[in-house]
Amino acid sequence: MTVSTDFRVLTRKRKVAILLSNGLRETIKAFNSNKTSWVGLGLFMIVVVVALLASWISPYDPIDQHISNRLQGPSDDFLLGTDYFGRDILSRLFYGARISLLIGLLSITVAIVVGSFIGVVAGYFGGRVDLVLMQTMDILLAFPSLILGLIIVAMLGPSITNLVIAIALTAVPPFARIARSPTLIIKEREFIEAGRSLGYSDARLMGLHILPNILPEILVMGSLWMATAIRVEASLAFIGLGVKPPTPTWGGMIREGFENILDGPWLAVWPGLAILVVVFSLNLLGDGLRDAIDPKLRGEGAE
Amino acid sequence: MYSYIIRRLLLSVVTLLAVLTLVFFLVRIVPGDPAQVILGDHATQQAIEALRNRLGLNQPLYQQYWDFVSNALVGDWGVSMVKGTPVFDEIVRVLPLTIELTVVALAIGIVVGVPLGTWAAVRRNRLADYAIRVVSLLGLSFPAFVSAILLLLIFSIQLAWFPVISFAGTGLGNHFRSLVLPALSLGLIMAAYVTRVTRSSMLEALGQDYVRTAKAKGVPASEIIWRHTLRNALIPIVTVVGLFLGVQIGNSVLTEIVFNRPGLGKLIIGALSQRDYTMLQGLMVVYTFIVVIVNIITDLTYGLIDPRVKYE
Repeated sequence: MTVSTDFRVLTRKRKVAILLSNGLRETIKAFNSNKTSWVGLGLFMIVVVVALLASWISPYDPIDQHISNRLQGPSDDFLLGTDYFGRDILSRLFYGARISLLIGLLSITVAIVVGSFIGVVAGYFGGRVDLVLMQTMDILLAFPSLILGLIIVAMLGPSITNLVIAIALTAVPPFARIARSPTLIIKEREFIEAGRSLGYSDARLMGLHILPNILPEILVMGSLWMATAIRVEASLAFIGLGVKPPTPTWGGMIREGFENILDGPWLAVWPGLAILVVVFSLNLLGDGLRDAIDPKLRGEGAE
Repeated sequence: MYSYIIRRLLLSVVTLLAVLTLVFFLVRIVPGDPAQVILGDHATQQAIEALRNRLGLNQPLYQQYWDFVSNALVGDWGVSMVKGTPVFDEIVRVLPLTIELTVVALAIGIVVGVPLGTWAAVRRNRLADYAIRVVSLLGLSFPAFVSAILLLLIFSIQLAWFPVISFAGTGLGNHFRSLVLPALSLGLIMAAYVTRVTRSSMLEALGQDYVRTAKAKGVPASEIIWRHTLRNALIPIVTVVGLFLGVQIGNSVLTEIVFNRPGLGKLIIGALSQRDYTMLQGLMVVYTFIVVIVNIITDLTYGLIDPRVKYE
């Protein structure tokens, strides 16, 4: 969108694309200016590739039991050793990445969509709408998020869908808050006023003119909250509320490893390190991005 | 100020009411009949019916709701559906242990985090700053149970400095020994957080005009940092620490499981697996209550730090 006269002759579809890509471009620009976010992205991409290629690069099937080789330490046959049932830990780690990333990505996507919607609507309309929506968010925030997730999963039963619902629900209020405050400022700006005088609908103003402007902040928080989501999923699996065994999950592996901690400390250590790497990479990514976008916010974590 | 506290307390009653309502319905979405779960698969129909009557499950929903809310507000949270003991007593018995754990972890977080964060801010973009930032981000990335397991592996199993199972004995010495590792595992995460917040808050305060003035008139650097700047940087620190305390109370569940330490965490896990509705309701109320109280204390701390803060 370099010259505004050009903008007027564009097709409607093209206009939408430009408005949305402006928001994304800001994010990418911020991203390039920060070295640590590159390190974070690199680490994270390694995990993504491992998860995608799990079925090709795993030396064994993650569920096959080699009973004669149970509780082995790291060796040439089993690079990271075997667990209580004689399953290869490295293969289980690779497959476990899939569950962590899948649940993390899905739950944060849901939280971003629902949270931004609530936040933008609350900020745009103000008044009673704002009061009711944000009070509801505050009530949800009055629970420690892990406890809320724990109770919901325990009630609904541990499946991928229910885990996504539970984790997304704990992350909706923060995204609503993040989306609301810039909306309050942007809705007073001239271009919104101009849009209104042109007869644009509220939905159009919110979706195409306000949302792209607050997108960078939301996406940055998204990477930080995805770190939290992966940590919460692992915590729930550790408590025994994760995706059901024998599906390998990192939290579940730590749970099994912890039960046999005296026989093989590595059982709990390897998946623990895997979680640490993913969460750290996302934190590094989000932290660097946030530094670039808003120096004032520096240092405050998602949790 | 007193009227402010009273108003805040009244407002928190409203929050509690909303939470109670949420809890009431949340607990009842569960598939499965609690009476059936408690008595097992072999129970007779009469036994189940009798238990349903005793638990009030046969009453209409609005009656159950009214009884629940009115009793909960006066501290009567019913009896545990599984153990038959009053929920309130069960919770109050272990509550001090969870609070002790969280408060000691908070103390560790402040003692380690504030000086580190201040140091990083003063040495901005130098080696010390980078090192502290990376290490604190790493600390923040630890799931509470992973840090707990690592500490357990190193200090209890390898070095055998501490008992593997907490609360192995009685007496003050044992009590202290069983507290060290759990508090440390939560405290280090807290420290990482406090460090980051302190750093950013100090960076902002160090850029203020009064710092330049103080420098110009020759106030020693250490006095500027520790006496003037830090005090001004404290309010944002207190705010986020207050918010994070709620997260920590959730995390303490994991720590209590790993160290096999009695507390709210073990209680909630037990209640969930046995479908102890009344216990769950009570626990949710307690958690909410703690968060609400922490928020009020956080607000009141502002006045202690900064005399300019007025409570309207």
